[in-house]
Amino acid sequence: MVKIKGLDRMLREHPFFEGMGADVQGIVAGCASNARYEADQIIHHEGDKADRFYLVRSGVVSIEMHVPGRKPVIMDTVHDGEVFGWSWITPPYRNSYDARAVQLTRLVVLDAKCLRKKMKKDCAMGYELLRRFIPVMAHRLTSSRLQMLDVYGSPKRGG
Amino acid sequence: MSPLPALNDPMLPRPFRIERAWRELSDTFSLYLVPQKGAKGFAYRPGQFNMLYQFGVGEVPISISGDAAEPLKLVHTIRAVGTVTDAMAGLKRGDVIGLRGPFGTPWPVEKMAGQDVVIITGGIGLAPLRPAIYHLLANREKYGKIIILYGARTPNDILYRRELEKWRGRFDISVEVSVDRAGHDWAGNVGVVPNLISRAVFDPLHTTALICGPEIMMHYSVKALNTAGIRDKRIFVSMERNMKCATGFCGHCQYGPHFVCKDGPVFRFDKIRKIFSVREI
Repeated sequence: MVKIKGLDRMLREHPFFEGMGADVQGIVAGCASNARYEADQIIHHEGDKADRFYLVRSGVVSIEMHVPGRKPVIMDTVHDGEVFGWSWITPPYRNSYDARAVQLTRLVVLDAKCLRKKMKKDCAMGYELLRRFIPVMAHRLTSSRLQMLDVYGSPKRGG
Repeated sequence: MSPLPALNDPMLPRPFRIERAWRELSDTFSLYLVPQKGAKGFAYRPGQFNMLYQFGVGEVPISISGDAAEPLKLVHTIRAVGTVTDAMAGLKRGDVIGLRGPFGTPWPVEKMAGQDVVIITGGIGLAPLRPAIYHLLANREKYGKIIILYGARTPNDILYRRELEKWRGRFDISVEVSVDRAGHDWAGNVGVVPNLISRAVFDPLHTTALICGPEIMMHYSVKALNTAGIRDKRIFVSMERNMKCATGFCGHCQYGPHFVCKDGPVFRFDKIRKIFSVREI
């Protein structure tokens, strides 16, 4: 992982931070770094320490479940302008799925330990981040429920 | 559109011969029908359906999935989900079935001229929309952006895959496919099809959306379209109910104050919003 210049600007331009005050953005930027993953490279495994969360600048990341005795199942893909990784918010801070770059992917990586520390100190900043994260989590939950319905599966037999 | 007339007696099935039958997916097949000798073909509009009659077994409503500009090449794509459609799955070239139609309201393809068009569909819902897509592509210069968002269960369940790939290869339309689950051999989108809406780029004030798929998928698609700024009166959905007579007499497909067979299957969403989420309907 390489720290590069311009992270402030990257955060400002990312939809997740749209409308966020410059002061809060500045604090968050202090925990940010830039990363690049090649196609098929694992970003994190289920059960790993959830010490980061990610903003996708460009590329595609697959969210996968490892099922013993079966091939990994891709449950979701995350694209430009989206975020993934929410296990850093809730104890025990362990990732609940595998994340893999489907193609060359550029991310902004946020150091979760650094963020948690700052959020604890600065509640307004903590609120600002959580109010952006919770809708993402709610949306993912709704999408997962819809997937569970298996709407294209075999319907009740009729005509 | 063809000048061919509609069939006269709406309750009288006419014999149609199967010119070709082919499998689309493990449980889905298509039939290419031609009128029996001496019988006439008929004109139809994208989004309409026919009642197909398997002699001695029963009758089912099936959307027309061919090109309305070539009405003599009458194509229906059918999923085997019960007694009648199971029997139809065994039909082969030269067999004869009964047909009544065409019935129902069409997609408003002419009224959408000058607009961006977003087509959202999933599973076999692509079949009723394919005639509309053919129309849009044949009249490409009349429309703004054309965006097709299609969802399937897995990569093996993508209907009309070759055509989707062909459309995606054009430079003047956008096609996105998402599946509910996949393995590493799939490099495309995974997730529910309404999620594709927020990634699509269109002018919400001048966009018409056409949706066909499972009702719950349409429900979330409408929500996502509303969030993107498309109002209900620019959203059209194709509803599915238990159509029997197909002419609004029997009441089997009653949907609140509407009959899906006669007032639908294509409805402007603001006309049905109030009843769309009523569980008993």
